[in-house]
Amino acid sequence: MALLEVRDLQAQYGPTEVLHGISFAVEEGGIATILGANGAGKTTTLRALCGMVRTRGEIRFDGRSITGRATEDVIRLGIAHVPEGRGTFVELTVEENLRLGAYGRASKGDLAEDLRRAYEYFPVLAERRRQTAGTLSGGEQQMLAVARGLMLNPRLLLLDEPSLGLAPMVVREIFRIVRSINRERHVSVLLVEQNATLALRLADRAYLMETGRVVMSGSADELRENDTVRRAYLGY
Amino acid sequence: MDILLQQIVSGLATGGIYGSVALALVMIHEATGVVNYAQGEMAMFSTYLAWSMLNAGAPYWLAFFATLVIAFVGGLVIERVVIRPVEGGSILTIVIVCIGLLFILNSMAGWIYSYIQKPFPSPFSDKPLRIGNVYFGAHDVGALGVTLIMLFGLYAFFRFTTLGLAMRAAAQNPTSSRLCGIRVGWMLALGWGLAALVGAVAGMMVAPIVFLDPNMMSGILIYAFASATLGGFTSPGGAVLGGLIVGVIENLAGTYVRFIGTELKLTVALAVILVVLLVRPSGLFGRAAVHRV
Amino acid sequence: MIRALRVSGVVVPLAVALALPLLLSGFRLFQFTQVFIYAIALLGLNLLTGYNGQFSLGHSAFYALGAYTTAIMMDRWSIDYGWTLPVAAVLCFVVGFLFGIPALRLEGLYLALATFALALSVPQILKYFDGWTGGSQGIVLNKPGPPAFVLSALPPATRLKVNADQWLYLVALATLVLLFAMARNLLARRTGRALVAIRDNPIAAASMGIDTSLYKSLTFGVSAAYVGVAGALSALAVAFVAPDTFNVFLSITFLVGIVVGGLASISGAIFGGLFIQFVPNWAQDISKAAPWAINGVFLIVFMYVMPRGIAGSLRMLMARLARGAAGTGLTR
Repeated sequence: MALLEVRDLQAQYGPTEVLHGISFAVEEGGIATILGANGAGKTTTLRALCGMVRTRGEIRFDGRSITGRATEDVIRLGIAHVPEGRGTFVELTVEENLRLGAYGRASKGDLAEDLRRAYEYFPVLAERRRQTAGTLSGGEQQMLAVARGLMLNPRLLLLDEPSLGLAPMVVREIFRIVRSINRERHVSVLLVEQNATLALRLADRAYLMETGRVVMSGSADELRENDTVRRAYLGY
Repeated sequence: MDILLQQIVSGLATGGIYGSVALALVMIHEATGVVNYAQGEMAMFSTYLAWSMLNAGAPYWLAFFATLVIAFVGGLVIERVVIRPVEGGSILTIVIVCIGLLFILNSMAGWIYSYIQKPFPSPFSDKPLRIGNVYFGAHDVGALGVTLIMLFGLYAFFRFTTLGLAMRAAAQNPTSSRLCGIRVGWMLALGWGLAALVGAVAGMMVAPIVFLDPNMMSGILIYAFASATLGGFTSPGGAVLGGLIVGVIENLAGTYVRFIGTELKLTVALAVILVVLLVRPSGLFGRAAVHRV
Repeated sequence: MIRALRVSGVVVPLAVALALPLLLSGFRLFQFTQVFIYAIALLGLNLLTGYNGQFSLGHSAFYALGAYTTAIMMDRWSIDYGWTLPVAAVLCFVVGFLFGIPALRLEGLYLALATFALALSVPQILKYFDGWTGGSQGIVLNKPGPPAFVLSALPPATRLKVNADQWLYLVALATLVLLFAMARNLLARRTGRALVAIRDNPIAAASMGIDTSLYKSLTFGVSAAYVGVAGALSALAVAFVAPDTFNVFLSITFLVGIVVGGLASISGAIFGGLFIQFVPNWAQDISKAAPWAINGVFLIVFMYVMPRGIAGSLRMLMARLARGAAGTGLTR
């Protein structure tokens, strides 16, 4: 049984339906990615998982249904969501942002130790720990957002378009860190990305979405070798 | 010179009260984007509850702290029960609800306690304090002290505790706060509870000076607006400092400027508001609103 | 069917309004005159706040300006009351426009504060300049009756029946209809869309070439003019002006009126006027001891049930009917 199982998920903004019944899964310890162009509904999918939009359908986390639960409650189950646009608390310091990430943890644990570990993964944050988060560069804010998600000690990490607006080198670094987090801390990852090349290199499973539907699914290798995907999304 | 010092301290005392109410206004404004027009009436009602306890024979500090607890719970309940149904709506809707709350509290106070002014005791002695060669009113110094202790307590709470951090986060960015597992609704309720508590302290400190009656806080509310405007509606510290400054200005103007009699009592507050808004709307410490296009 | 509803929505109330003077008299009729006066004021405020998004808690100042213009012109200079209305309108327009200029720099909360301070100072200013205003005593006026040419035009049987109260009622109603029609015209065209654009996204509006400063100041002026006319009419209806009537509480009452009636709506002004005139009376009937508590409860419950005001809720209802009629109901 997968860690996250989604069946026939529908979602709407007001009267407009945006997801028309999608199904996918994230295996325990695995990295899955959802690809698609702008407007395909990828961000909406992540928001639906966290109860941020009206949904119908079945969402099961660790065997239990979480459909319709409030955002705060979903987070507290151990699902960290790194939103599109980072969602940084721009007026608070870097360290305050991280401490807030730990707020929803199931078990209190050792905050100081976890902070140390976060700074280990992202040394640049350690340098800036007392700085106001709003003064960080885009790449640094993205790292802060991922680190904040990690402070939750999550079992599942949802990443919404982490590469958006960032320089390629920074993006590669972030993806490298995500891979080590997945390997070392056994955090499962659901990655939503427009940058299909990078995403397919990182993930084991991939899903392709178009206008609110999943049109293709398989292992990352399968999608990478698929002609349609290659031409439309990988550019060759 | 002595009179000047006395007036300054006296002004600081009333200024501390203005600043406290201003702080309550700013706290709720930061969290919900709405100015709670019922803030004054909530403080007034809490003070009446304290009066009831004192009238029944309770010792002062027992009644004081009991009132703080009741005010806190009351503020929390008001937010969860009265404000919550309209929380997501337009600002004007919430404003009207606050105005409705104002009417209810004012009217209930008048009905239960009548409109006749009542004296309210001060926990500080009648005899003036002597520092050097200058005499200061004991209540002035005491009220200022109580206000400052409360404000430092609040500052420490918000700056150094996890709950305080979570409340700040919820006020600044509710969406991201939810993503950290923070129950934003309850943070709002706590904010209202704290604001009510602050108001109650202000009410109990000012009642000995102006006497207790249902309309006691209306003038003070206007001075609180002036204080928050001067300090900046986005700055809690600024609101308090603004209050102190306004209190001193009001006192000095009342003493030294001839034509400010009781008729033009509110003139100072209004003048402050208009001057600040003309020159620097965001106040001394407020953030100018930056609009991202 | 929707058209039928819309048309009857105008014709029926108008017919009822015209019939009222024949059915009611004295105080009751005066109350309805007051409703019309409030409606004019609320329409003015709605233009500024509902359609153009500028919060004002200071319109009691313009109400006072209009009222005192009428009072001073009639009492000191013995000018016929008919002339006082346009003068009040123009005067308030100019003052409102001038006030709108520094107000351009203020937004939302800060504009509310500035106008609040303005409203607070009005009673004191009125008392201070007692040479003009008669100070705290105020000015007493003679209630104007129907002019001779009107009386002579009516058939003899009715001539005696048109008393001062009825005449004022009709004047107020006529002014209301005229001003409503003007507002409707104003809002239906480009001007109206420009106002709303400025409210919703001032930066986008400016980048599309709308002179936001000019529009905002003009709207302030027009809105002040409407409220000034309402004030002038109220001076005639009550036949008395005094400083303490024009306090900040009046501004708050106006604000309540436009929210309850419905923001950005013309018909909302009438609903709002009815609300602020009659609900406090009902509250008094329910509880002599704490009528304002009842008022407060009404307000709060109203906001729960109809957050968009009466007009807003009616609009949603009509929209739902239209959808149903068109047959494209959304599946639930």
